[in-house]
Amino acid sequence: MENKHLISITDYSKEEIFKILDLAAEFEKNPNQNLLNNKVIATLFFEPSTRTRLSFESAISRLGGKFIGFTEAGSSSVSKGESVKDTIMTVANYSDMIIMRHPIEGSARWASEVSGVPVVNAGDGANQHPTQTLLDLYSIRKTQGTLDNLNVYFVGDLKYGRTVHSLLQAMSMFNTTFNFISPEELKIPDEYKLFLDKKGLKYYEHRDFSDIISHADIIYMTRIQRERFSDPMEYEKTKNSYVLKNNMLENTKPNMKVLHPLPRVNEIHTSVDENEKAYYFTQALNGVYTRQAIITHILGLKK
Amino acid sequence: MEMQDKKLQVSAIKNGTVIDHIPASSLFKVINILGLGKIKTQMTFGSNFESKKLGLKAIIKLADVFFVDDDINKIALVAPEAKLNIIKDYKVVEKKVVEVPDNIKGIAKCGNPKCITNHESIVPKFTVVNKKKVAIKCHYCEKITDSEHMEIF
Repeated sequence: MENKHLISITDYSKEEIFKILDLAAEFEKNPNQNLLNNKVIATLFFEPSTRTRLSFESAISRLGGKFIGFTEAGSSSVSKGESVKDTIMTVANYSDMIIMRHPIEGSARWASEVSGVPVVNAGDGANQHPTQTLLDLYSIRKTQGTLDNLNVYFVGDLKYGRTVHSLLQAMSMFNTTFNFISPEELKIPDEYKLFLDKKGLKYYEHRDFSDIISHADIIYMTRIQRERFSDPMEYEKTKNSYVLKNNMLENTKPNMKVLHPLPRVNEIHTSVDENEKAYYFTQALNGVYTRQAIITHILGLKK
Repeated sequence: MEMQDKKLQVSAIKNGTVIDHIPASSLFKVINILGLGKIKTQMTFGSNFESKKLGLKAIIKLADVFFVDDDINKIALVAPEAKLNIIKDYKVVEKKVVEVPDNIKGIAKCGNPKCITNHESIVPKFTVVNKKKVAIKCHYCEKITDSEHMEIF
């Protein structure tokens, strides 16, 4: 069954994921298509997220559509105490699709249950960010030629990083071998290890990030945030231990690519940017194609 | 005066349901889940009886009350070992064990303070991800709440 909404990556089957990725490849070849003529898309950002919002608005614009919305809750009726339900039921009257980012977990699922038009989750707190996951999958398939049997290394904040959790759930469909590199305080939660155990997939945990990356097909870097540490001393000690530097890439596989959901702070040294294995800015570009694919797929504009 | 007179007589019920093997700490949760506060027939609650299996257990006797499976299975969240004796004419005519349901609606509160169900008026929905050591996954925020952190309405 095809989904009317996109709320969680786990709602999508392998087939539906492939359908999105194939469509995205089509948009990469031919990005400007007037498919959203006379369509109005609402972009409701209850918390700011410049990158995701601009990527969606770029996708809508390239499809010839119009968008309405707000960029933070302060400039909407939410600041007057309006509920998610009321905002969504109202905006559904003004638009053909709602794209929303909200700090409260589960808000997107709730919105999809009260909205008369399709809802796309552009991030609900620490829960899901499925369009990011799909653009990550697109980037992995594009650079590796396949999603099957890859060796994926996740580095940084594996405890709170929702992009890591969603990508892990999606990649678990493709016989991936996982490597988790993080400080003790930010290690991958047991619930995800249990999930991989149940699927019979191999994974390895490491505290040290230096010469263990030679087998990697993908290194997925994430930002370590100061506020995640209960002890600021611990943050100071660890913040420089999970930084990717250009010389570390010397003995890595030729097909290996470095991904990062961005924004980056200092976890990837700027010297890596020039390396052909750095892929994060192209990954951000892929986000536009993937979001074009998602919007047109959900609205039934592409068969 | 004979000792007998001072004993509280908890008589056997003629028709109804006896729920046994409830963990003593869950008695009031079971009462709430089953909505026993609204029932007008005779009820007897006993608690803090010694039990080899549970440490301390509670028991509920309900005259003229019979449950359908879907209703009674709700208590499995807080009393997974509970056993039911269905009484007709002073005889146990049927014994039942409770079974943890696959899905639950209402009853429990999501343990995630950042979940939308704790912010707006929404009936929480869960899928049960572990039936032995009861754990439920929120339909909305997708976080798992285990039995230790489970709050029952």
